[in-house]
Amino acid sequence: MTTAGNEARVQLDAHTRQIVEWHFNPETGCPFWLEFAAKAGWDPRKEVQCFEDLKKFPPFQDEWLRGGPVRKWAPKGFAGKPMFIFETGGTTGIPKSRLAFEDFRVDYEMFSDTLPERYFPRGANWLMLGPSGPRRLRLAVEHLCQHRGGICFCVDLDPRWVVKLIRQGLMEQMELYKSHVIEQAVTLLGAGHEIRCMFTTPKLLEALAEALEARGSSIRQVGITGIFAGGTEFTPQYTRFATEELLGEGVYLTPTYGNTLMGLACSKPVTAEDGYKIAYYAPQPRAVIEVVKFDNCDQVVGYGETGRVRLTTLTQETFIPGFLERDEGERERPIEKFAWDGISGVRPFRQFASSTTVGVY
Amino acid sequence: MLNLPILRWGQPYTSLEQDSVVHFLTGKTLAKVSQANTGLLGRDMRMASRARDVLAEIPIPELIEIMKKAGDLYLNGTLRMGDGEQSPEDFARQQSASTGLPEHMCAGNMKKNHFVLHHMDQILDCLTRGLNLDILTRGYGMESRGVVVSYQTQSPVLGLVLPSNSPGVHTLWLPVIPMQVGLLLKPGPQEPWTPYRMAAAFTEAGIPKEAIAIYPGGGDMGAEVVRRAGRSMIFGGTATVERYKGDPRVQVHGPGFSKILLGDDVVDQWEKYIDIMADSVYLNSGRGCINCSGVWASRHTKEIAQALAERLGPIEAKPPEDPTAALAAFTIPGSAKAIWNSIAGKLDETGVTHMTAPFGPRLVERERCGYLRPTVIHCDSPAAGLANTEFMYPYVSVVECPQEQMLGKIGPTLVCSAVTHDAQWTRQLIDARHIDRLNIGPLPTIKLDWLQPHEGNIVEFLFRPRAFQTLDIAV
Repeated sequence: MTTAGNEARVQLDAHTRQIVEWHFNPETGCPFWLEFAAKAGWDPRKEVQCFEDLKKFPPFQDEWLRGGPVRKWAPKGFAGKPMFIFETGGTTGIPKSRLAFEDFRVDYEMFSDTLPERYFPRGANWLMLGPSGPRRLRLAVEHLCQHRGGICFCVDLDPRWVVKLIRQGLMEQMELYKSHVIEQAVTLLGAGHEIRCMFTTPKLLEALAEALEARGSSIRQVGITGIFAGGTEFTPQYTRFATEELLGEGVYLTPTYGNTLMGLACSKPVTAEDGYKIAYYAPQPRAVIEVVKFDNCDQVVGYGETGRVRLTTLTQETFIPGFLERDEGERERPIEKFAWDGISGVRPFRQFASSTTVGVY
Repeated sequence: MLNLPILRWGQPYTSLEQDSVVHFLTGKTLAKVSQANTGLLGRDMRMASRARDVLAEIPIPELIEIMKKAGDLYLNGTLRMGDGEQSPEDFARQQSASTGLPEHMCAGNMKKNHFVLHHMDQILDCLTRGLNLDILTRGYGMESRGVVVSYQTQSPVLGLVLPSNSPGVHTLWLPVIPMQVGLLLKPGPQEPWTPYRMAAAFTEAGIPKEAIAIYPGGGDMGAEVVRRAGRSMIFGGTATVERYKGDPRVQVHGPGFSKILLGDDVVDQWEKYIDIMADSVYLNSGRGCINCSGVWASRHTKEIAQALAERLGPIEAKPPEDPTAALAAFTIPGSAKAIWNSIAGKLDETGVTHMTAPFGPRLVERERCGYLRPTVIHCDSPAAGLANTEFMYPYVSVVECPQEQMLGKIGPTLVCSAVTHDAQWTRQLIDARHIDRLNIGPLPTIKLDWLQPHEGNIVEFLFRPRAFQTLDIAV
């Protein structure tokens, strides 16, 4: 391990101790984890001294996040502060919820530091061409824009309706809905709002480029210079296609990987020379991505090997140890900018892939 | 090993994503096929009209001659294939190795495609009912009987979502290019061979490369082809048929549920027809939608089933290179077992008898593939769960059913060979709209007359007849 790697590890271990201390301290912890500790028969505050010790927790069950009362996740240390509730998916049954205070702002301010100023100029207005409704992403992108001094314009987009249409085979309706969303974006982009940056998804980026071209314009011509995008469909081939054929010179695209539970993992700069390979690095120590064996989630795979994504969230607002995501990918080595493991080739976990419905994002 | 690129209206494009086509017995990689993302197709559809434009510059009679040359190249030539070459022997071996079809059947299918390409003039003459083919180019013209007619193309290209497991279906799209309509092909993942070889033969014979596009990919790419093309032909299972049913832009080819019906006037001489029954069930490995999956009669059904079982039951799984191999392998791991389990689960039903049981197990599992040996089931009524089913191997249900109830019970039937001289019943058969291809008399269901339309006339699918009047232009 390099010096930087060692330092990152030391920092992660110290951060783990602080977070466990916070969540399992009766003065600051949330009811869920305090009750857990009361029944567990062991004291996390004593027994967790480093990140590896988190293996003492059973795998985090996402079912625990479904349903209320959501205040069970509210740390006593934040009593009285305004709370947000963010939801995932929600196309079938009760959605998973994450209670939040400031995390989404902190995560996106950290992400903001990775954006190149040339393409994401300070003060620029943004377009949020992504999901509206009870989404962390919706508020997070707006905050990112505000943090950088801009104003964020948004569209109405209900991704649950899109998934329903797809599952019912109503593809024509789905296309109409997509057109409705894209029309909102095209209208905003042509309304003199000086929008320079945007968040979007691979499918919507494609549709937007096509719609603009049909009107004799392009993403570049309407003034967009920086695109922050997310979604598991971000393959190297898609990124190459977008770079070479949708965007052209002068438009910067940065893929990201994230969700309501983790926050946001940045990619290292994607280049043609590197085969448009996309490797993501979690915002450690606030979140840790591990690529683990399919049959043993406590064992990390070798570098370059394929495994399932295991996510650990370590913030004062949220403690989620060892959550097995519905994605898989290849373990990547640390790089200069991120002195910890990354992941590439992220795609739906093979066991769930056939049942995963990818909507517009 | 070949590297096969995406063909973007003739322009090769190597994707960063590759799919390996592997030998079903050895696991050896036969080809790496570039996988297209849907956006590529979206961009390239801007150039689709050019496909028709470049073809329309070549008179149809000339295109027909090019088809003949292409047929010869396809059957006998060594052609450029991605970054390598492919001889006819390579083709049959590779197609067999990835689809599981015996090599001699792959070679046999090549001859069918060659036949269609070589008889394109007759086929188009029949499908257009003798239309002067220049009318397809000009869009209007005078028929021989002195009437102005107009045919308007409905799409500059035909999208094709092709299957992995039925190399015999390619004859259906061969008449498209000579009608000056471009091809937008999405190959089946295990069967890239025919689309690429045909494209190579076409272009080498003189078809402009801008007229043909090939976009390999997953299910999302198939859906994108259908979404983007004005007219598409898609091959799939019952779910695919249901999804696109009623969509005038889409011609769906699904399971055939093809049948032989024995009339009451001939059923007592059933032994005379046992050869056509057996051939209809198992020739070409029983994999096609035109293979017979049901024999229906009002009596003697147990004897018919017994005779078919004795004929088909002993057939063994043999290696693909064996010239006597009659069965195709199921190359997707676990698929043969899954199919057999779905049949076995219904064998206990009252009135259902597995007639091939005495001839040994039907499921044969190998290390990397599986086979299903011919299976004959007797059903004493159409109500049985296995009475109207189809599987992609030589499987047949022999169903006892009164003649007067047959047409009401057989359900959608792609090919119906009705053996009868009963004029009244023949009339009813002719009028039955759930029968597509109708053979009256002892004809195997698999005997196709290439001069007749299959599951809809491709000319009517691609061209719309409409009114057209002009005072100024000579017609």
